[in-house]
Amino acid sequence: MAEIVAIEHQTKRPEGRARPPAGAALRRWSLRGAAFVYLGLFIVLPVGVLLQHGFSGGFENLRAAFHTPGGKAAIRLTLEMAFLTALINGIFGTLLAYVLVRMRFPGRDLLSTVVDLPFAVPTLVAGVMLVALYGPSSTVGGWFEEHGIHIIFAPLGILLALLFVTLPLVVRTVQPVLLELDPAEEEAARVLGAGRWTTFRRVMLPALRPAIAAGCLLAFARALGEFGAIVVVSGNIPNKTLTAPVFITQLLTPSAYVQSGGPDAAAAVSALLFGLAFVLVLITEKLVHTERS
Amino acid sequence: MSATTTERMAPTPDEDLTRIRNADARRGRLVRGVMLTVGLIYVSVLLLAPLAGILFYALKAGLGAIGQTFGLQDVQHAFLLTFIIMVVTVVVTTVFGVVVALVLARDRFPGQRIVSALVDLPLAISPVVVGLMAVLLFGRGGLFAPFFAARGIQIMFALPAMILVTVFISIPFVIREVAPVLQELGMEEEQAAWTLGASRLQTFFRVTLRNIRWGLLYGIALSAARSIGEVGAVLIVSGAIQGRTETATLYILRAFDQYQPQQAYIVALTLAAFSIVLLIGIELFKRRRSAEAE
Repeated sequence: MAEIVAIEHQTKRPEGRARPPAGAALRRWSLRGAAFVYLGLFIVLPVGVLLQHGFSGGFENLRAAFHTPGGKAAIRLTLEMAFLTALINGIFGTLLAYVLVRMRFPGRDLLSTVVDLPFAVPTLVAGVMLVALYGPSSTVGGWFEEHGIHIIFAPLGILLALLFVTLPLVVRTVQPVLLELDPAEEEAARVLGAGRWTTFRRVMLPALRPAIAAGCLLAFARALGEFGAIVVVSGNIPNKTLTAPVFITQLLTPSAYVQSGGPDAAAAVSALLFGLAFVLVLITEKLVHTERS
Repeated sequence: MSATTTERMAPTPDEDLTRIRNADARRGRLVRGVMLTVGLIYVSVLLLAPLAGILFYALKAGLGAIGQTFGLQDVQHAFLLTFIIMVVTVVVTTVFGVVVALVLARDRFPGQRIVSALVDLPLAISPVVVGLMAVLLFGRGGLFAPFFAARGIQIMFALPAMILVTVFISIPFVIREVAPVLQELGMEEEQAAWTLGASRLQTFFRVTLRNIRWGLLYGIALSAARSIGEVGAVLIVSGAIQGRTETATLYILRAFDQYQPQQAYIVALTLAAFSIVLLIGIELFKRRRSAEAE
């Protein structure tokens, strides 16, 4: 096999492209065509229709959505919760990435697997888990209730749910960058007399900052749109624990069609959320890309 | 012992340095120990405690209650529906995902970066918004509604819409796992196969597919995990009609609404168990993939 590859190397064209066999153009175009049709029908078309509906009446639809009872509060709560989620998981996610990359201890592989748990477990199941653990009828939840800490049907529960689903996003964004950092630079800083904290702040943090920012933005974007993990935890009380994604589903229930803009108002809020999340993801990609190159 | 006495009597600069170093190493171990402990506590409280919670409360009622829940026709139908949606989604996103990955990794055309960004779009969109997009396309007054209505094909509040939204959400996984692998592999082995007279299809199945198998399986596992757990989008497009368009996740929602948390816990635990099996698969595939990359 190695010999064949070696021969192939010699005959390889300078640009490293495949030598075109018969009918190559046709094959390439059918492959391209299939890919474009698939992405066009499944992604471009639905997104286009959403944006068209969301902004069809200028900002009229958005205004209607804001004036629907609970609308403005829902958007604000969603933004606040997403911000807190990004902040807290930014700190602990970075710490966990450091622990996983730089420390050797028994059970490291297990910890790494557990960190991925939220990728696999359905978000709704994550919410159900929180209700089982912290619900007023459970031992733990009852204890917290007694001490005046409300978790289920309260913002704290929403925060826990969002922290659960977004943790691996931060860890898995920071980890590969940390893996490539050379510990020699930190050692050099230490030898030159810098303390541990100074070394972290002045040597590691500048290198890690884009990755941490990218992880936080991903977590923020994800938290903006999260539905499954929140819906059973929050209780969806208007003006208190109703988040924007749940608000959108309520706008789409038949009774809401009459009162408010219905799908159009929903489209406006959605377009807003989507626009925000998309911009964040674009920035993230930019951050990750500049880092690699 | 003698070392400490000499040190106390007349510390040479060398011994001083060792002592400072030892103290520093000790403090280093302490800092690392604290970090490890904080990390473990965070993961335990945030991720493991809820898992233990549901395990405890789902199994508390005993095997009888579990058997009873699985005996319910609605529950069986819900799992069947979830299974069908998962299989169709995995097949569609795998087949087309490999095609898109091939195009992204090996083809060169203007606007390639835009196409690449398009693939990531579903990751940025809330599932609820995905449901809404389906409503705008297929719901009353939607763009495609007249076309399908004229042919008597039910899309909304039926399986087709549920599959469509789940496919949308699961599109990125296979592509994102396979495209980088293809890019790194290059074309040499394929060219060798062609030179040796293998046909395009033979080359694809024997060489390309074999080379990308771990990345592909990883993407498939992620797709499967995502598609059994989808709830927001499916809720909107299905109408959650009991016994007809109710998936396992929608059943959990209804069980909660009807104050039957026990059944919700049992169904949720089943989904969790399945996804944990997938997770173990995911970890294995990931390790195999990175092992082969080296």
